[in-house]
Amino acid sequence: MSDIASRVKAIIVDKLGVDENEVVNDASFTNDLGADSLDTVELIMEFEKEFDIQIPDDQAENIATVGQAISYIEEAKK
Amino acid sequence: MELKRVVVTGLGALTPIGNNIEEYWDALVSGKSGSAPITYFDTEKFKTKFACEIKNFDFNEYFGRKEIRRLDRFAQYALVASDEAIADSGIDLETVDKYRVGVIWGAGIGGLETFQEEVKNFANGDGTPRFNPFFIPKMIADIAPGNISIKHGFMGPNYTTVSACASSANALIDALNYIRLGYSDVIVTGGSEAAVTQAGMGGFNAMHALSTRNDDPEKASRPFDANRDGFVLGEGSGALILEEYEHAKARGAKIYAEVLGGGMSSDAYHMTAPHPDGTGVVAVMENCLRNAGLNPEDVDAINTHGTSTPLGDVAELKAITKVFGDHAKTLNINSTKSMTGHLLGAAGAIEAIASILAMKHSLVPPTINHETADENIDAELNLTLNKAQEREVNVAMSNTFGFGGHNACVLFKKIAE
Repeated sequence: MSDIASRVKAIIVDKLGVDENEVVNDASFTNDLGADSLDTVELIMEFEKEFDIQIPDDQAENIATVGQAISYIEEAKK
Repeated sequence: MELKRVVVTGLGALTPIGNNIEEYWDALVSGKSGSAPITYFDTEKFKTKFACEIKNFDFNEYFGRKEIRRLDRFAQYALVASDEAIADSGIDLETVDKYRVGVIWGAGIGGLETFQEEVKNFANGDGTPRFNPFFIPKMIADIAPGNISIKHGFMGPNYTTVSACASSANALIDALNYIRLGYSDVIVTGGSEAAVTQAGMGGFNAMHALSTRNDDPEKASRPFDANRDGFVLGEGSGALILEEYEHAKARGAKIYAEVLGGGMSSDAYHMTAPHPDGTGVVAVMENCLRNAGLNPEDVDAINTHGTSTPLGDVAELKAITKVFGDHAKTLNINSTKSMTGHLLGAAGAIEAIASILAMKHSLVPPTINHETADENIDAELNLTLNKAQEREVNVAMSNTFGFGGHNACVLFKKIAE
C-alpha cells in the first residue's frame, strides 16, 4: 500500500469509527461505511489538512469511495 | 377545558456526586461534596481552580468512538440521564404512540467546549475558515433534545428552553403545561450543562460569581453560611418523565409524584444581580402556589436556588419569609447546591429530582458546609443544616433563578398509592 493510501485509510478509520479491514478501495463512504453528509464533509477537510491540498466543492462531490479519494490525492500531489 | 393531571413516572441523573439516581440520592443524604480540583485543563492562571466535575464515567464505552465525536459533553450527559429515566419509567418503546411523546429540555449555554475549541482553532490559523461540519450541530443548545428524539424515535414537541440557571425548571413547566393541555401523553424533560471549560470558568470568574476557596474546594459551596463567597460551578444532567395521569395509570406505571404547578416571573432589574427586595422571587412563588391551587401552609419543604452567593441567598430567604409568613419557620428549607455545585441549566432538573426523592423517602437532604450563622438570615428558619432531616413531605417546592432575572418555581405533591 502506498504511503498516501495508508494515510487516507487511517483518517477514514479514525473519523468514521470503522474497522480497518472494511476500508477497501471500492467501499462507499455513505453506503458501506455509514457516513452521513456531515461525515463526508469532515473527511474531505481532513484530507485537505493531512495532504496540504485544496479540494474544490464540485470535485469533492465526485469523491464517494476510498479508492476515489486515494486517486484524487495521488493526482493532486504529483 | 379541563386541564389533565400530570405525574412523574421516571427519573435519571448524572451528577458530580453520583452517576445515577441511586448514587445521587445516597450522596445527597450522606452530605457528600462533589467539588474538587479541576482535571479537564490546566488551571494555573485561573482564579478558581476547582469545580464539581462528573467523575468515573466512561463516556467512550457508553457511546462508542464514532457517536461520541458528534456529541458535545452537554449532549452526552443528556443522553445518559434520559436513557436512565426512560428505562426507569418502564414505557414500552415498541407500543407507545411516539407522536404523543415529546422532549422538552433545558440548557443554559449548550456546547460551550465545542464553541471554545472551534474558535481557538480558527484564531490560531491563517484566517481560512476551516470549521468542522459538526461545529454548529454539536454546539446548539437544542441538539440535546434533538438527539434524545433521534435515539428513541419520539416525534412529539421537541425543543430547548434557555433561561440560564432556570432553564430546566422552565422546561419542566412547559412539559407540564403541554401535557395538561393535551398536546402530549409523555414528555421527556430535564436539563444538562457542561460549562466546566476554560471559557466557562474564565467567564464566570470575570463576573466575580465563583467561589475562590482554592485551599478547601469541598467546603466552598456553603449556602447561607456567613463566609460564603460565590457559587461552585457544576456539570451534569437530570431527566424526568412527565406523563398524563390516566396514561400512567392505564399502563400500571409507578408514580413518584404529581406535578401540581409551575410559576414564572422576571426581576426586570439587572443582568446578573438579584433584586435586593426579592420582588420577582416573591412573585414566582406566589404565582406557582396559585397555579397549583395551594396555600402557603400546604408546603412542607423548599429546595432553594441557594447558590452560595452573598446577595442571592439572603434575598431568596427574605422572599420566602414574605410569601410564607410564620409558616416559613416550619418549612424544611435546604440547598442541595452545597453538595452538587451549581449545574446552571441542569440545576432545576436535578433539584426537582432531589425534592421528589425527599418526598419518597421522607428525608430532606442537608445544606452542608454551614459553620457560621449569617446575621442577615432569620435564625428561626430551618435551613436543614449539615445533616439530613426526617420529615414527612407531602408538598415540595423547588426554586431556580437565572442570570437575566428569570425566576421559575415548581410544586410537587406526593400521590396516594
